[in-house]
Amino acid sequence: MSSTTIDTESPDLLAANVGFLEFEAPLARIHNDIEQMRREARESGRDLTADVARQAKRFGQTIRKLYASLSPWETVQVARHPKRPLVPDYIQRIFRDFCELHGDRLHGDDHAIITGFARLGGHKVMLVGHNKGRDLKERIKCNFGCAHPEGYRKALAKMKLAEKFGLPVVCLIDTQGAYPGVGAEERGIASAIAVNLFEMSRLRTPIVCAVIGEGGSGGALGIGVGDRVAMFQHSFYSVISPEGCAAILWKTGEKAKQAAEALNLTSKSLKALNLIDHIIPEPAGGAHRFPDQAAANLEACLCDALRDLKRLKIETILKRRYDRLRHIGGFFSSAQEEVRIAASQAVRTVRRAAAPRLTGRLASRRATSLPAAAHAG
Amino acid sequence: MAGEPTEKAEMSSVSERRAGVPAGLWTRCQKCGQMVYEKEVAEALNVCPSCGFHRRVDARTRIRQLVDPESFEEFAADLQTVDPLEFKDRIPYKERIREEQEKTGEKDAVIVGRAFIRGRAVVLAVMNPGFIMASMGAVVGEKITRAIEKGADENLPVILVTASGGARMQEGMVSLVQMAKTSAALARLHDAGGLCIVVATDPTTAGVAASFASLGDVIVAEPGAMIGFAGPRVIANTIKAELPEGFQTAEFMLEHGFVDRIVARGELRKELARLIDYCGK
Repeated sequence: MSSTTIDTESPDLLAANVGFLEFEAPLARIHNDIEQMRREARESGRDLTADVARQAKRFGQTIRKLYASLSPWETVQVARHPKRPLVPDYIQRIFRDFCELHGDRLHGDDHAIITGFARLGGHKVMLVGHNKGRDLKERIKCNFGCAHPEGYRKALAKMKLAEKFGLPVVCLIDTQGAYPGVGAEERGIASAIAVNLFEMSRLRTPIVCAVIGEGGSGGALGIGVGDRVAMFQHSFYSVISPEGCAAILWKTGEKAKQAAEALNLTSKSLKALNLIDHIIPEPAGGAHRFPDQAAANLEACLCDALRDLKRLKIETILKRRYDRLRHIGGFFSSAQEEVRIAASQAVRTVRRAAAPRLTGRLASRRATSLPAAAHAG
Repeated sequence: MAGEPTEKAEMSSVSERRAGVPAGLWTRCQKCGQMVYEKEVAEALNVCPSCGFHRRVDARTRIRQLVDPESFEEFAADLQTVDPLEFKDRIPYKERIREEQEKTGEKDAVIVGRAFIRGRAVVLAVMNPGFIMASMGAVVGEKITRAIEKGADENLPVILVTASGGARMQEGMVSLVQMAKTSAALARLHDAGGLCIVVATDPTTAGVAASFASLGDVIVAEPGAMIGFAGPRVIANTIKAELPEGFQTAEFMLEHGFVDRIVARGELRKELARLIDYCGK
């Protein structure tokens, strides 16, 4: 029917199967209006093509506007969207000839982390990624992407295999966190994560990491030490979930929104803090609406990073990997030593739009820290 | 064996009063409920003379208990947080830090320095459970890392006395990355052939348990110390059941193969010296 035909950036397409999040209420309203117009057109035979097209255009504008400035809490919603592409979706789209390798050779095979050989662009790689599972059955099988020690040990075993045969490692991060359970503690979840941090810092092959959805604390970092760390635009990476943070600091989980703001967990904030290297752009409307486009952007980012790293000697890579970690936490001041707050200065620049005068801020910071210097120790 | 300090004489300088509790006072042991004489507890290195319960001790007290008298030389003492996120919950983080600094007289939650333990030179890092639960932000991560690097540079054993609630939320991802930073420093120490001994004390949990506290060449733990990754309440909520008796204690970790030895506080100096001698070059 010509009266129901609208352009390809159609609300139908955008609403298809993914529904609307709470903050997307304006989109839901426009979508409803369009549906209603169509019904009316069908029933009355009137030609409402122009009206529908106008609404569709408005839909497009609104979605672009919404997604251009998602709040941290909205970002969390998008990153956790049940239809957001998962590691298997990216395997299907951009990794060819995936050859899954199971098991940690110690205890079992944790489905919360997938590992295996794969081809990406022109590269042979070792792929390591969390899997949250798509349907309920799969989600239960892989504990909703919350890995046990076996998962981290499997990841490390396969990374060592990659090291031996000179394959770079690609880690895709998407987890709420490591699994909090009795078995996980009994089998040393803390130790498993710690050993991964230790070994990944000196693994003699390039490592590229990307947060594709949720980057939940130690469970994310356990496969997150690398030479390049990227994040999808609407993913988040945090030391603790906003709900957990709110429960502890505000004494109520209902302050999760405030906690999300305070934690600086968006890709934009973390890039400004120099804690990540790249932001992978997402189409307006999010990766869950445009998985193909998101996959293409991920592929481009990973391939760029791999190409750059392959040009470097492994000694250079290892030195830079260490230096990267070594200086990343330069967020402290000292009366006697060099003050390294360049990165924190950067985030303030972003926040306040106008760049603060460095010397002035530094001077005031020092001044305020001086009285405390006269402590007993 | 637990709770029977054997180095009392050597440790006479330890009979310092515990912060806030005047010496000479009788208190009730929080574990066994016995009335105990504070002075006696202090002389027993803050271990209950009745049941051997190991109380938490602040970092300065711990250092006095552990090192040869007057041998501690602190470094990186003046580092403090710049509040990278300008974090504010119910109160601003800056204010919280100021309160903790006033309360403890320390800049942040770890003290690092060179020292001698029974005549053996070491680099020592001691976490302070009294300072925001010794959570790890940029300052703790940096000081631990500097201690490890100093150990590697000067070929000295590194002793990490851990106690922590985990990463410091108020510094967000800056805190999380400290886990990787400290672990990477330990990997370098390891490659240089250096020795790291972890002394896990109550509580060693979350982000600290999942980084340097689990990476010692030798890991010893104090009796009864809580050691684990996820919070017990979180786990109980997940599994919807009560946790087993003794879950996430030093003894539990030993049983499951993640702690090498449990060492009573009174034996620590002797044990550390012994381990250093076995591993020293």
